[in-house]
Amino acid sequence: MNSPGTKWIAEWLGGLGRIAFLARDAVKSLFTFKVAWRDLSYQIYFIGVKSQSVVLVTGAFTGMVLTAQTYFQFHKVHMDTATLAVVGVSMCSELGPVLTGLMVAGRVGAAIAAELGTMRVTEQIDALRTLATHPVDYLVVPRLSAAHIALPLLTAESIALGIGAGYVVGVYLLGIDPAYSWHNLVKYTKAVDVTIGLIKSFIYGGIVALVGCYKGLNCGEGAEGVGRATTEAVVYSSIAILIANFFLTLVLGKLFQIL
Amino acid sequence: MIEVFDLKKAFGASPILDGVNLRIEKGESVVIIGRSGGGKSVLLKQLIGLLKPDAGRVEIEGEDIVPMDERRLLRVRQKFGMLFQGAALFDSMTVAENVAFPFRRRHDLTPADVARKVTEALAMVELSGAENKKPSELSGGMRKRVGLARAIVYQPEIVLYDEPTTGLDPIVSDSIDQLIMRVRDRLQVTTVVVTHDMRSARRVGHRILMLHEKRIYASATPEEIFASQDPVIRRFIEGVSDPKEHYF
Ligand SMILES: Nc1ncnc2c1ncn2[C@@H]1O[C@H](COP(=O)(O)OP(=O)(O)OP(=O)(O)O)[C@@H](O)[C@H]1O
Ligand SMILES: [Mg+2]
Repeated sequence: MNSPGTKWIAEWLGGLGRIAFLARDAVKSLFTFKVAWRDLSYQIYFIGVKSQSVVLVTGAFTGMVLTAQTYFQFHKVHMDTATLAVVGVSMCSELGPVLTGLMVAGRVGAAIAAELGTMRVTEQIDALRTLATHPVDYLVVPRLSAAHIALPLLTAESIALGIGAGYVVGVYLLGIDPAYSWHNLVKYTKAVDVTIGLIKSFIYGGIVALVGCYKGLNCGEGAEGVGRATTEAVVYSSIAILIANFFLTLVLGKLFQIL
Repeated sequence: MIEVFDLKKAFGASPILDGVNLRIEKGESVVIIGRSGGGKSVLLKQLIGLLKPDAGRVEIEGEDIVPMDERRLLRVRQKFGMLFQGAALFDSMTVAENVAFPFRRRHDLTPADVARKVTEALAMVELSGAENKKPSELSGGMRKRVGLARAIVYQPEIVLYDEPTTGLDPIVSDSIDQLIMRVRDRLQVTTVVVTHDMRSARRVGHRILMLHEKRIYASATPEEIFASQDPVIRRFIEGVSDPKEHYF
């Protein structure tokens, strides 16, 4: 019973449970406690506006490389004009949300964990609690709501830029016929794909902010603790995004099939 | 009134406090002394519910705070002010924003009222003019004084000071002692001071508690403590180390 494996699994499940409690606290607090608009708008600025360059570069180059690779394969079977349809569907429902989520996990998840972790080791969290302020109300709720708001917007930008860049590469660099390309792109990329992408990104925003906050608030002692919390926040939220993506694709795909 | 019954606290396998009992009356001023690493800060944090004891009760005005959840505790903590040993200033905010923080949710005060209170509090700790500095631009002693201003600005009924004069020069130390006494007398504030500074222990305390070997070893007036013939107390107040502790 006490093998390292069982212990590891028990700790891991315990962590998941505590994150779930944190999420519950945050949702409860969101409905009972008035969010300070100033904190929320600052977090939207920090998570959304400041992440744009990273997310846009990622989106653009992903769209470009996807177009090129798809074109090289499709060209062999003379399906050149279907290239952009593939790019559209995969950018909207998979690559846009996942890559945006991963980039934001690296930038924002790490920053949240480091900030909250430093606050914890320097007793600032204790000071907040002493001054009758709940850390979930003051720290977690603004970050979580801001991430939920910012991620879908960032993802939409990334999708749009990815497809746009793919179109430019396909049409002007690889010489695919623009009219047919456009026709197929619009024909095969459905509103459902965009919706799935945005729903996914909304969830990934929650994952990044929650894992970052959890790791920061429960960070170990000293500089080492903060370092570890930061790394773990990025690693765990990235893994969680990739795992969640698989299940979301299955569930949302089935769901929209039925509807 | 603060009462502690049979409080026990351990970190991992090492017990820090083992059967602490104490009682602090309303309006009383108590100084806690004891060896470094003896658990004074840990005790203080349990009085305000920042740490949960492993066993025992902590009663604030007859209410046991140990089983309370964080939301209930937040209400109890409104009575408290606390100066942390490391000041614990919010480093993303300026000095003025730090001191104004306790008023963040007070909608009955106008921004001008808050600004006036902040200015007053900073003047009391001799830091007028530092309003717009960031904590990282201050010296350790200045940070401590900002922490002190933040702990008393909203006039709590109970104030806990963790080493208020450590790291301050003798002149500022004196004025901080005076300030603690003024705050105590003005509104009958219950005061708990942890200190290594024997001079301020003698002045600010109605009573001195000595924490030794994980419990309260002595509880007496400053006069009695300073006149005591008990070897443990004498060694502590005279600052004589145990010969066994000389290694070189
Ligand atoms: N969060 C913690 N985790 C593990 N051990 C801790 C923690 N906080 C305190 N300790 C341990 O508890 C003991 C008492 O610490 P505490 O800070 O209360 O000492 P103190 O009496 O305030 O000392 P000083 O006068 O130096 O401030 C120390 O041995 C310390 O290592
Ligand atoms: Mg201490």
